[in-house]
Amino acid sequence: MTDSPGTERAVLDRDGLGALVRELRARGHTVVGPTVRDGAVVLDEIDSADRLPFGWGVEHEAGRYRLRPREDGAAFAHSAGPQSWKAYLHPQRLREWTADREADGRITVRAEEPARVSYAFLGVQPCDLRAIAVQDRVLGGGAYTDEGYRGRRARAFLVVAECTEPGATCFCVSMGTGPGAPGDAAYDLALTEVVDDGGHRFLVRAGSPAGAEVLAALPRRPADGATAEAAREAVADAATRMGRTMPGTDLHALMAGTLEADRWDDVASRCLTCGNCTMVCPTCFCTSTEDVGDLTGDHAERWRRWESCFDLDFSHLPGGPVRSSGRSRYRQWLTHKLGTWHDQFGSSGCVGCGRCIVWCPVGIDITEEAAALDREWSARTLPPTAPAEPGDARGRSPGRTGP
Amino acid sequence: MTDQEPRPRPRLGVFKFASCDGCQLTLLDCEDELLPLADEVEIRHFLEASGAVAPGPYDLSLVEGSITTPEDARRIRQVRADSRHLVTIGACATAGGVQALRNFADVEEFTRTVYATPEYISTLATSTPVSAHVPVDFELRGCPIDRGQLLEVVTAYLSGRRPDIPDHSVCFACKRRGTVCVTVAHGTPCLGPVTHAGCGAICPAFGRGCYGCFGPARSTNLPAYIPVLRRDGMDERDVTRFLRTYNAAAFEEPSVRESRP
Ligand code: SF4
Ligand code: SF4
Ligand code: SF4
Ligand code: SF4
Repeated sequence: MTDSPGTERAVLDRDGLGALVRELRARGHTVVGPTVRDGAVVLDEIDSADRLPFGWGVEHEAGRYRLRPREDGAAFAHSAGPQSWKAYLHPQRLREWTADREADGRITVRAEEPARVSYAFLGVQPCDLRAIAVQDRVLGGGAYTDEGYRGRRARAFLVVAECTEPGATCFCVSMGTGPGAPGDAAYDLALTEVVDDGGHRFLVRAGSPAGAEVLAALPRRPADGATAEAAREAVADAATRMGRTMPGTDLHALMAGTLEADRWDDVASRCLTCGNCTMVCPTCFCTSTEDVGDLTGDHAERWRRWESCFDLDFSHLPGGPVRSSGRSRYRQWLTHKLGTWHDQFGSSGCVGCGRCIVWCPVGIDITEEAAALDREWSARTLPPTAPAEPGDARGRSPGRTGP
Repeated sequence: MTDQEPRPRPRLGVFKFASCDGCQLTLLDCEDELLPLADEVEIRHFLEASGAVAPGPYDLSLVEGSITTPEDARRIRQVRADSRHLVTIGACATAGGVQALRNFADVEEFTRTVYATPEYISTLATSTPVSAHVPVDFELRGCPIDRGQLLEVVTAYLSGRRPDIPDHSVCFACKRRGTVCVTVAHGTPCLGPVTHAGCGAICPAFGRGCYGCFGPARSTNLPAYIPVLRRDGMDERDVTRFLRTYNAAAFEEPSVRESRP
């Protein structure tokens, strides 16, 4: 091994990308990457780079997603698909243990051994790389570590694809999470796709010793100035084409200060409480437990499955749900993403991927809601309007989000 | 504690009102689980399976079908009186079924048009869910019900716990399953966001919109969703027809039902 991570930059052509998939598979990884299915770029296990969505781009709007062909044949020029990598690192349903009543009446409980799958994720966009880092803090560390997650994560090999084609619903720049792969982020390889007169190629750099080792095994050529410059420009240009912007205000303070805002009623009148936003969000991590038994009562299993704060059961206590209104549930989602997440995990819970905007059937837009709250908040708090009323929500504890 | 008499098995009754028998068939369709079930419970009344019936009381009664005649209305009270737990199964018993279309029409006119001697027909003006007549312990939805959910309810009652039957939207299941949303990606009208989960989001997985077989989810906001159906090509009549299928009357109720505890 001669390359130290992050220094060697090389250029792969399309065959080199094919070799990358073969190399990762040869090393025992289950390679997961974007591919086209049912009118969308979805994530799936791929056995060859041919499965990548070459020549497919995406048109996004709030509540709308359409594939469109791209003349340039690019493979990574898409964003905000219906799934995220959490589908693999934090699966939607997992068995935790089984219990059996033996013939002598004793009960034996067996913890589920997590499957030892070792993923390689090909084409992780920078916003999603940040989302993985967010889930690492939530599930992979701290007081409540999910050992299964930790194992899957530790074995995963991440190949970033820097973003050169943001969508109309993207706002990673205002969240500080893209469109380039940040220097301090953990990944194994980072690609930047370049398609121009010089051909279809990928500028690649290693971000870890494992990445450098894989790169060394691939057919490649040293990075030339033109490719490096084209890659730099493509990413810099992407930064200027964000379709959305999050207001530049202190979102944590905004969320804490607007708990009683009228805007919550407005958004609640539009929100279906269908839960799609939390399911597609790459950082949402909530689960609930599910106990199943057989008819004899001699065998029981505990499973956990994705849950959402839009479910009435989510806050069900003996007297009923704590957050019964749609207003309180939408507010829980937004204040958790943008506000209380900072208190719990030291960062925002939103990485600006835009999925919740695209995949909301009625197109509710997190950036628009935050902006409206910001306007309402400024209108209430800016001088020279009347002094704060006793009922003014500013300064209340952000911790309480019940209705 | 040895050589005791075998503990008495819970007594099961299955009853039918106005319905197509599809939900009872789901019970017969439980194949692998049917024999263990017959070991665990004493099936005392299940005409679809056996003509031999034994009187109540029943520990668990599964009731299929809606109440559409004065005789139904009397008989459901009897079933309730005979049952410790009464669980309704299917869209007819929990929401009145497709036959609740009569609730929006003139039944007398129907009987005059259809029958040569309408005087022989004794029917109510409406088709109503069982819960409109007697207290119900649990309502299992679907047209037809889902086999796995039926077993879950029966197992839960046998072991004295609450059934794990989520009452959120079909979208939850659709997203967990990894289906590409047909509304967002194809512009196909889909009732998933306002429909009760339970089927496993089958239709969107095959590129079709959800038909609403399980009736409204516990928390919905139908008025906010109508404009999406209209955008995707449905006119007012289409929307009405879309909503008035297996749970004809249920989607028409005041649609924000979430304030219920
Ligand atoms: S809140 Fe929305 S934009 Fe932010 S990370 Fe989640 S899905 Fe993406
Ligand atoms: S927004 Fe809701 S579902 Fe997502 S992590 Fe927070 S509480 Fe959980
Ligand atoms: S914001 Fe949109 S996706 Fe989220 S629950 Fe409301 S309607 Fe559903
Ligand atoms: S296809 Fe239908 S059920 Fe599935 S997420 Fe979309 S709206 Fe919901």
